[in-house]
Amino acid sequence: MKFGIVSFPGSNCDDDAVFAATETLGQPAAKLWHKSHDLEGSDVIILPGGFSYGDYLRAGAIARFSPIMREVAAHAQRGGPVIGICNGFQIACEAGLLPGALMRNAGLQFLSMPVTIRVENTATRWTSLCQEGQRLTMPIAHGEGRYTVDAATLERVEGEGLVVFRYVDAAGEATEAANPNGSLDNIAGVRNAAGNVVGLMPHPERALDQLLGSADGRVIFESVLAAVHA
Amino acid sequence: MTATPRPGDPVITPALVAEHGLTPDEFQRLRAMLGREPTFTELGIISALWSEHCSYKHSRPVLKTLPTQAPYVLQGPGENAGVISIGDGLAIAFKIESHNHPSAVEPYQGAATGVGGILRDVFTMGARPIAMLNSLRFGSLDTPRVRYLVGGVVKGIGDYGNCVGIPTVAGDVMFDAAYEGNPLVNAMCVGLLREEELIRAKAEGVGNPVIAVGARTGRDGIHGASFASEDLSDENEAKRPRVQVGDPFTEKLLLEASLELINSGHIVAIQDMGAAGLTSSSAEMAERGEVGVTIDVRKVPQREQGMTPYEILLSESQERMLVVAKQGHEEAVKAILAKWDLNAEVIGHVIAEPVYRVTEGDHVVAEFPGTRLVTDCPQYHPEAREAPEAVARRAQDVLAVPERLEEADPAWTLTRLLESPTIASKRWITTQYDSTVRTSTVMGPGDGDAAVIRIRGTRKAVALKTDCNGRYVYLDPRVGGRIAVAEAARNVACVGARPMAITNCLNFGNPKKPEVFFQFREAVYGMGDACRALGTPVTGGNVSLYNENPQGAVYPTPTIGMVGLIPDVAHVTRASFSAPGQAIVLLGDNTAELGGSEYLAWIHGIVAGAPPACDLEAERRLIDALLEAIGAGHVASAHDCAEGGLAVAIAECCIASQTAPLGAQVDLSAWAALPLRALLFGEAQGRVVLSTANAEAVLAIARAHGVPATAIGTVRTASAGLMLTVGARTIRASLATLGDAFHGALPRAMSRAAAEVVVEKPAAAGGAR
Repeated sequence: MKFGIVSFPGSNCDDDAVFAATETLGQPAAKLWHKSHDLEGSDVIILPGGFSYGDYLRAGAIARFSPIMREVAAHAQRGGPVIGICNGFQIACEAGLLPGALMRNAGLQFLSMPVTIRVENTATRWTSLCQEGQRLTMPIAHGEGRYTVDAATLERVEGEGLVVFRYVDAAGEATEAANPNGSLDNIAGVRNAAGNVVGLMPHPERALDQLLGSADGRVIFESVLAAVHA
Repeated sequence: MTATPRPGDPVITPALVAEHGLTPDEFQRLRAMLGREPTFTELGIISALWSEHCSYKHSRPVLKTLPTQAPYVLQGPGENAGVISIGDGLAIAFKIESHNHPSAVEPYQGAATGVGGILRDVFTMGARPIAMLNSLRFGSLDTPRVRYLVGGVVKGIGDYGNCVGIPTVAGDVMFDAAYEGNPLVNAMCVGLLREEELIRAKAEGVGNPVIAVGARTGRDGIHGASFASEDLSDENEAKRPRVQVGDPFTEKLLLEASLELINSGHIVAIQDMGAAGLTSSSAEMAERGEVGVTIDVRKVPQREQGMTPYEILLSESQERMLVVAKQGHEEAVKAILAKWDLNAEVIGHVIAEPVYRVTEGDHVVAEFPGTRLVTDCPQYHPEAREAPEAVARRAQDVLAVPERLEEADPAWTLTRLLESPTIASKRWITTQYDSTVRTSTVMGPGDGDAAVIRIRGTRKAVALKTDCNGRYVYLDPRVGGRIAVAEAARNVACVGARPMAITNCLNFGNPKKPEVFFQFREAVYGMGDACRALGTPVTGGNVSLYNENPQGAVYPTPTIGMVGLIPDVAHVTRASFSAPGQAIVLLGDNTAELGGSEYLAWIHGIVAGAPPACDLEAERRLIDALLEAIGAGHVASAHDCAEGGLAVAIAECCIASQTAPLGAQVDLSAWAALPLRALLFGEAQGRVVLSTANAEAVLAIARAHGVPATAIGTVRTASAGLMLTVGARTIRASLATLGDAFHGALPRAMSRAAAEVVVEKPAAAGGAR
């Protein structure tokens, strides 16, 4: 199964995503240049973290206009799996692939730390091997991760089970203290209605090896492998 | 050809020469070199190249005494960064550099551009940056201006490194009134390369084009190098325009483009346009290659109109590189830069004639004979004399300092020390730095005594740490210089790494003052002593002088950036205790020393006494014993005793992990004869607190190496708290109390700042020292 990892100018987790796909999962991977219109036969698309175009206007706001995004959207339309991680989540929201938007953290500071998230929905290509309620520990590293959405859409997002991950404490409760960035309803990640596109602020690709503190991110990538092979 | 003034150039008067920081003697030297009167452009060039920052004119003779050799050193001092081999055909490039003056005036941009500059120094060696560290010194957090500086510097470092995508993994931060008006911001970058990819910044090949790459040149940062070579004064606010503005997004593009360029084989040399911009990068590259160079400033891409040659040559606009390409490969170079949406313009050539020539179109505006423009600077051997005040302070009998009433309960003292900002958890700072990008951070900030970065594709890892206790260096520069190296070495050994090599950033006051030059010379000698004893050569670094203001100089602070090598990541060791029931072993011995301690400074407001003795042979044996014990798998945790002494070190092992704190029961009765506060809070060197499931094996290894070792207690569950017994007396503290002090101190101090983050005048009457 081939992973296509989009490199925007300013992406800085693209190499990590390639490493995850190739070294950890043993799958072929290609870096897809933002100016290209070719997904190079990728089965799965990763929109990686970073600061695309410096995030100088608004995180993800310019990257969504990159040539490659037209092909990514078409791939998503066809039901192809897409995951947006951190800046990739911001881009996916800006591009309309996912509901909502990411705002400046409530504390106004960039936050780099491990967090615990709870799997809320397993009906996605990226969480099919998870258990509902399963807790995963992985790092966050962002300044604009405060998930927000208008009241009507929130009702739909919550009502239709589009919330995939929530920030929780050690006991698994979605408390205010466990919410690092002030996200609405502790939302850490969401999916589209079809379940093939998922975005999240935490970094599963940084949690693939116990040596680095956690291997909890594996289940997310293994889910998409299982889904595509199935 | 000879240079002639441009229309509109100011007349060169003694006042103008002085304004450029040249002494009358230096100006005469310049005239003799040229055999005529210099042009204004030439005066500007020389003012930058002969500034302390570029020329090392006061420091070079002393620096030459440092050891720089080892079989694994691939590149020593004199290049953009040092490089050491780590085997498997891989090498590590690393360097530390200061951005003190800019950060004192504009903390956010000053710190950010410091990160940008050191990144470029490393990737211009052909290395991909894999980690950043920073060593920061500030005044007291009680001062609003200091809190403003801390907030700005930390945000500047974070925003830049986070955006470029290099993890910031370690460093050290200390607070003392001595740094009130002159904060120190030292940034270190570490990069990884294949040995055959190593490239040097040496201009070669007559006819080869000189290409300006990256951002356009503007008027920002003109005379930054000269600014960094003078004392700070109340007028520094007016020098804010001398501080450059950073753009990490462009840096990221430049990083990728540069590495692609180096791998392409189209270029022969590349160098950052850092301090003194185009002037120093071109002059240094020509000097290393012993060739001439000619540059036409009209061809330099500019972002402002009407810039003079003087301005273009001295601009410190960020994110620019100078490249010497192979003749005929110009278009290939441009194509690579264009892919990354960056500029590349041919601005000159390497020439056979041994001159450094600058033209504006056809008009020669500067021309120097010879190729040794930088090293032909004057060299000074300033007078060195120890300040009587330092002698008096060192001689003070600090054990005679009367105890405060509250100290009747040493648990009170311990708690207060844990909330000293120098000792307290730096989590408020480090959570603002992305420490996990690049998915190789085995140990990040706060996990261990040093950061550990795995080397993908191997079992190896590197351990990284910065260190320097300026208070020790102030009280005894030679001993303090030794300790700075020894502590950095001990720190990387605690995580399981063999100390390999150092880079250093020498932050001192005005070298023309005999007492400052004494500190500088002795501290460098001390570092040299330790580097020789511990087998860690110096591969480069940076000298930052004139860190002083009308209230006085900073503590002499020779910051050490240490790189260690871990042969197998299986043996990486954390600082926190890991399991109840394990034995706690002290390697090294306790002493009656209390001089220069954080205890005296924080509890009593006293900086006095002799700093702790530093036995370098004992340090070497300690490192050997520790590494053998770790390599044999006997060590569950290891933490060195530093600021705050043994009691603080043990407490940190208990509470440093917020998620899994553990208690400890410790008996120090073997040292009941020592003054209690020296035993608990004295900062004797050469000590490590470790926990182990096999105390006998650890003690045996220590004995074999001639290292004193004592089983002093047992790790307990968190509910047991910390219990320290000394003879008949037992000191008890709950982990909640200690943890709150340690973890809460910095957030509490900084939360006071929120309402006060405003740009103010520098604290003219700040450092009441």
